[in-house]
Amino acid sequence: MALLQIAEPGMSTEPHRHRLAAGIDLGTTNSLVASVRNGIAVCLADEEGRTMLPSVVRYLADGGIVVGRTARAEQVSDPRNTIVSVKRFMGRGLKDVTHVESSPYDFVDAPGMVRLRTVQGIKSPVEVSAEVLKVLRDRAEAALGGELAGVVITVPAYFDDAQRQATKDAAKLAGLNVLRLLNEPTAAAVAYGLDNASEGIYAVYDLGGGTFDLSILKLSRGVFEVLSTNGDAALGGDDFDHRLFCWILDQADIEPPSSEDARRLQMKAREAKELLTVSEEAPIHVRLGSGEEVNLTITRAQFEEMTAHLVRKTLAPMRKALRDADLTPEDVKGVVMVGGATRMPRIQRSVAEFFGQEPLTNLDPDKVVALGAAIQANALAGNRKDEDDWLLLDVIPLSLGLETMGGLTEKIVPRNSTLPIARAQEFTTFKDGQTAMAFHVVQGERELVADCRSLARFELRGIPPMAAGAARIRVTFQVDADGLLSVSAREMSSRVEASVLVKPSYGLTDEEIAGMLREGVDRAGDDMLLRALREQQVEADRLLEATAQALAKDGDLLDDAERAAVGQAVESLREARNGTDHRLVKQRIDALARATDEFAARRMDRGVRSALAGHKVDEIEL
Amino acid sequence: MRIDPQQDYFALFGLPRRFELDGAALESAFHNLQAEVHPDRHAHLPEAEQRRAMQWATWVNEAFRTLRKPLPRAIYLLELAGVDAGLETNTAMSPAFLMEQMEWREAVEEARAAGEADELEHLRQRLVHHGREMLAGLTEAFDRRGDLDAAAESVRRMMFIEKLQEEIDDALEALES
Repeated sequence: MALLQIAEPGMSTEPHRHRLAAGIDLGTTNSLVASVRNGIAVCLADEEGRTMLPSVVRYLADGGIVVGRTARAEQVSDPRNTIVSVKRFMGRGLKDVTHVESSPYDFVDAPGMVRLRTVQGIKSPVEVSAEVLKVLRDRAEAALGGELAGVVITVPAYFDDAQRQATKDAAKLAGLNVLRLLNEPTAAAVAYGLDNASEGIYAVYDLGGGTFDLSILKLSRGVFEVLSTNGDAALGGDDFDHRLFCWILDQADIEPPSSEDARRLQMKAREAKELLTVSEEAPIHVRLGSGEEVNLTITRAQFEEMTAHLVRKTLAPMRKALRDADLTPEDVKGVVMVGGATRMPRIQRSVAEFFGQEPLTNLDPDKVVALGAAIQANALAGNRKDEDDWLLLDVIPLSLGLETMGGLTEKIVPRNSTLPIARAQEFTTFKDGQTAMAFHVVQGERELVADCRSLARFELRGIPPMAAGAARIRVTFQVDADGLLSVSAREMSSRVEASVLVKPSYGLTDEEIAGMLREGVDRAGDDMLLRALREQQVEADRLLEATAQALAKDGDLLDDAERAAVGQAVESLREARNGTDHRLVKQRIDALARATDEFAARRMDRGVRSALAGHKVDEIEL
Repeated sequence: MRIDPQQDYFALFGLPRRFELDGAALESAFHNLQAEVHPDRHAHLPEAEQRRAMQWATWVNEAFRTLRKPLPRAIYLLELAGVDAGLETNTAMSPAFLMEQMEWREAVEEARAAGEADELEHLRQRLVHHGREMLAGLTEAFDRRGDLDAAAESVRRMMFIEKLQEEIDDALEALES
């Protein structure tokens, strides 16, 4: 019966219905959105035909928000309310932010992540990033003619857990369904590798506006396997601008500049840097707020000398990544250059010297990441075709561990482990009758906890009183395919179970996100409610379709009663889906997911069993 | 006989349970399995299937990590055979071996103190070479003589070498940053 209902009209069971998906490169300086159209990944343009959206957000006194080129043009006149390079603040505390003194913002030090005081109140970097994402979302939906089923958002490979979580939170705020967070160099490798049918060891050198990544990948028969990654999450083209900016201040003998002058000079510094890529010298003419004029000329040689230490800073991660992969520069078959900053001739020379070969620059270094993300998004959304038989295997960039006695770190998950990964470690009590135990989760390579990033603190309570050393507390770290961590702890020796899940303290709490979403609803009124309903409907359709397909293919795995139960859950979801209550749709989605949980398990076992050819498969325990 | 891959990573990848291993076959079996179970292949499916995919992929990764490198593979083989490698308890080493270790350590310490990255690199290469020689002995003990005690002894020695290599890597990193 249930099967007949599922096959009723109004519900698509076509295997290849195209779902709208996009890849988003959320950059420090510029952001892009791309999508696969007619089998080819393309960057989507705005009405004026421009693909790059400056990652600049301006908050207006009248409540309006401007994003992109227009906002960027106003950064000199309204520096405090015009946020540029916000990616540098994602998941970061005030003490981690570089160049605070020359930034025109009104920083607010908040627990976890720094905030910015604007004319519209205090804004989190997550909210600012969400504004950029919303513009890209609207652009994609207009270009593709429908709502996005999901997106892939790229992050620097060297982003830690807090920065990744912040990015995911921003997407949630922008109303996007994140299929995957994808590492930028890996995205570039996909775009490059699929384009050139490459095989062998490749290095991706990715110097963006604010971050540097170096990834080593092995490409073989459609598998993109990241062997190691390294980098510096606070090094990028911005630092080259800053060096030049400081030089101008010094040469022109300018006292600490006003916010407006600082922005003016920073823009000039960037223009001069870009000019020096193609020309041997660049003029710097600026009229300051006071009317005073600055007239300087800088040569490429001068610029290269003052930024030599920045170029050198990218060498150590290259060496480390190769060492972690047990490789030497000679093993590398090609070096892919990514990020606008790699256009600087000095960078190209230094990379060529290090690897003993000219780097590959045949793909636009500004677009290659977005294109790779679009290809991945298309596959993850379920639009994969038989010829797209490729697979990505990525790694975690930084080790994860726990604080132990004396402020030392005990590594649980080593860096460069292939994702997903789970690791467990046992600890014990050190006092008789101890009933609670505190854990401090950290990320980083250093031995001292103080030198690593603190991700979360939590306590396991309800341990039955025992002699010291008798309790067996098993702490499990699970890192998913997005590189995001969850930790649980459990006392093993007694029958009493206590377990806890943690979220990084550097991210926003769920309540904060909910509050921001509510704020958005208040502002936009019915639009947001309508949007929420439509999002749930898209999700419902996706689940209904997947369930119908699963039943058609593997329905024999269920007995009549089980099939009837699934059929009932399908029916009530479809009913809710045609109504107007988005909360009810969500409830019924969860209910159907629960009702098909066991079915999913059996299907997965069947799939794996066919891959293993006859081996018995039991449920695995982690 | 039915094999439960949960118990044996070798069976999971369809490889014979022995120390010497066909790296290309392992890698290709790993890729084939991940192509089936990886979360990316299930991202468009309901949450339950995504969760299951993550568990499977996690497990396949763990199996691959264990077999890929000689030392964890050797420890795993001993574990399967029910032999305690005594990594934490049995630290009694021959005086000759300990003397050799001390010499290595002194050389590393000297290079570190003098900030000689080239010398550290050189020591690292020698150490890697030394480790490869020990592998031949391990293959002999496991696959030809079936002498698990000798294998366990070699494993303990290789642990020393690995630890030393990590120290060199740390020293090199400290010099570079």
